[in-house]
Amino acid sequence: MDHPVNQTNIQQAMLDQQKSDQRRKHILNLVLLALLLIAPAVIYPVFLMKILCFALFAVAFNLLLGFTGLLSFGHAAFLATGSYTTGYLLSNYSGLTTEMGIIVGTAAATVLGVLFALVAIRRQGIYFAMITLALAQLVYFMFVQAPFTGGEDGMHGVPRGHLFGFIDLENNLAMYYFVLAVFLGGYLLVQRVVGSPFGQVLKAIKQNEPRAVSLGYNVNQYKVLAFVMSAGLAGLAGSVKTVVFQLASLNDAHWHMSGEVILMTLLGGTGTLLGPVVGATFVVNLEYQLSQGPLGDWVDPILGAIFVLTVIAFRSGIVGEIQKFVRKNMG
Amino acid sequence: MSMILGVPAAVLFGQLLLGIINGAFYALLSLGLAVIFGLLKIINFAHGAMYMLGAMVTVIMFDAMGINYWVALVLAPLVVGCFGVLLEYFLLRRITGQDHIYSLLLTFGVALMIQGILTNIFGVSGMRYSMPEIFQGGFKLDFMFLPYYRAWVIFMALLVCFGTWFMIEKTKLGSYLRAGTEDAQLMQGFGINVPLLISLTYGFGVMIAAFAGVLAAPIYSVNPVMGSNILIVVFAVVVIGGMGSIAGAIITGLLMGVIEGFTKVFYPEFSSAVIFLVMVVVLLIRPSGLFGKEA
Repeated sequence: MDHPVNQTNIQQAMLDQQKSDQRRKHILNLVLLALLLIAPAVIYPVFLMKILCFALFAVAFNLLLGFTGLLSFGHAAFLATGSYTTGYLLSNYSGLTTEMGIIVGTAAATVLGVLFALVAIRRQGIYFAMITLALAQLVYFMFVQAPFTGGEDGMHGVPRGHLFGFIDLENNLAMYYFVLAVFLGGYLLVQRVVGSPFGQVLKAIKQNEPRAVSLGYNVNQYKVLAFVMSAGLAGLAGSVKTVVFQLASLNDAHWHMSGEVILMTLLGGTGTLLGPVVGATFVVNLEYQLSQGPLGDWVDPILGAIFVLTVIAFRSGIVGEIQKFVRKNMG
Repeated sequence: MSMILGVPAAVLFGQLLLGIINGAFYALLSLGLAVIFGLLKIINFAHGAMYMLGAMVTVIMFDAMGINYWVALVLAPLVVGCFGVLLEYFLLRRITGQDHIYSLLLTFGVALMIQGILTNIFGVSGMRYSMPEIFQGGFKLDFMFLPYYRAWVIFMALLVCFGTWFMIEKTKLGSYLRAGTEDAQLMQGFGINVPLLISLTYGFGVMIAAFAGVLAAPIYSVNPVMGSNILIVVFAVVVIGGMGSIAGAIITGLLMGVIEGFTKVFYPEFSSAVIFLVMVVVLLIRPSGLFGKEA
């Protein structure tokens, strides 16, 4: 008799849960936004911009790993393509406004993303990871050989230029707020995509690909689209990074960079929106702190150890673990 | 001097030989990867690091204790193999049953650690390891000069490849391995100690990599990062060949080495990229790889 009553109770409880989750999220987001807006008053803006660039890179990567279940081991290629393209354009065409350089850089990475996706999508799981790694290595060799990249030396002295032709980006504060705007744009785009019906299909593919196929979805099309979007955003991160630091180098294209973005995402929490941001903040800070101290040469082994610990002990990452904790203790 | 396709024959055969040597290393490494993949269903990202460890252990044992090449040929793979067994027991085992992505990431982290620690101790510049006396000199053939040691490498690589193939396809232990590949749970039901088998398999795969490392020590520059670039090439080789068969891994490895060698003659700038391009072409035409079975 009381079965239906129970049912509605449970539904009500779930709705309440969702609402309080939502409210908490909104408050958290507003607080974080406020912090980001006043941060340059306290912290050196260039350092903040570095964090934001890598955070955008990790957010882009997470669209693929966290929400589609595809592990790309070649995302450095997109970062570097955005980086080199923008660097080349801004260095050689002084008439070009900064945002045009960034847009073209992003477009170049997107095109590369299409090429990668069409090849790599043919295999799944760990093969996908190996193929993207190999393709990225191919791109790396191309950048080593290409005349315009400056080879081992990299590309230096890229002018920051003027945004829309009249905002001087040599000013670090102006630069900071521009980077913040780009980051927020990327973040909100991913949030929108993940929440859309398209994003739901991506999650379905992640959880059970054969079932998504049997439901009639053209799974490969969805995967390619997600991949291309992720590649484009990674390229955007690279383009902006080049403008900030005024240099593009082979480091951006190296497999080490692909590994680093995986670590950022994993450590922060795959499949959460905020996770990659937290992870990127953590890793960039850690690398900076280590480089200042006596452990400067030990960055790699320490990153490796964090990798191992994260995989073994807390796969949900920092944000994932906090979410679990909050749900358990705060209803 | 005779010319072939506008290239002196000696140059062509010389590069062909270097290609076969590189191919032998690709074959050994992809063989180890395939053995591990067969039973554990994981891609061992630490494989390059194990190859490097094999070479480093050889050099260190010689410098510290005067242990010669012949002993190292047996001892170094054993040491690294034991390390692999411990690694499997203490780390990899903890994530069995999880998505295979995690084991890839775990072994990647391990590789970063090993490589980073050794870089801090020994630096990235190459360490010298002199070839045993007996390998000085070489065969003077009509068309080229074949150093003894290169011949030895090819011979040993083929021997290990054949031995492994024989063990897996023709022996009792190999039949357990193959059965485990098909259905580990059922085999456990027949009373076979599957966890032990898994540890030993991982150790064995790693041993092959370390053995390749010992072979490489006298001819390649021995340093802590020697394993990372070759590993990516081997990944491409594995994608090209498919993980389906042991023989496939061996043949593909040798073939890719030869292709790379020829590219060095005709278009040197392109030689480090050619294997990756072959991979792209193979994926477009035959996604499961040349010898792959799965779709």
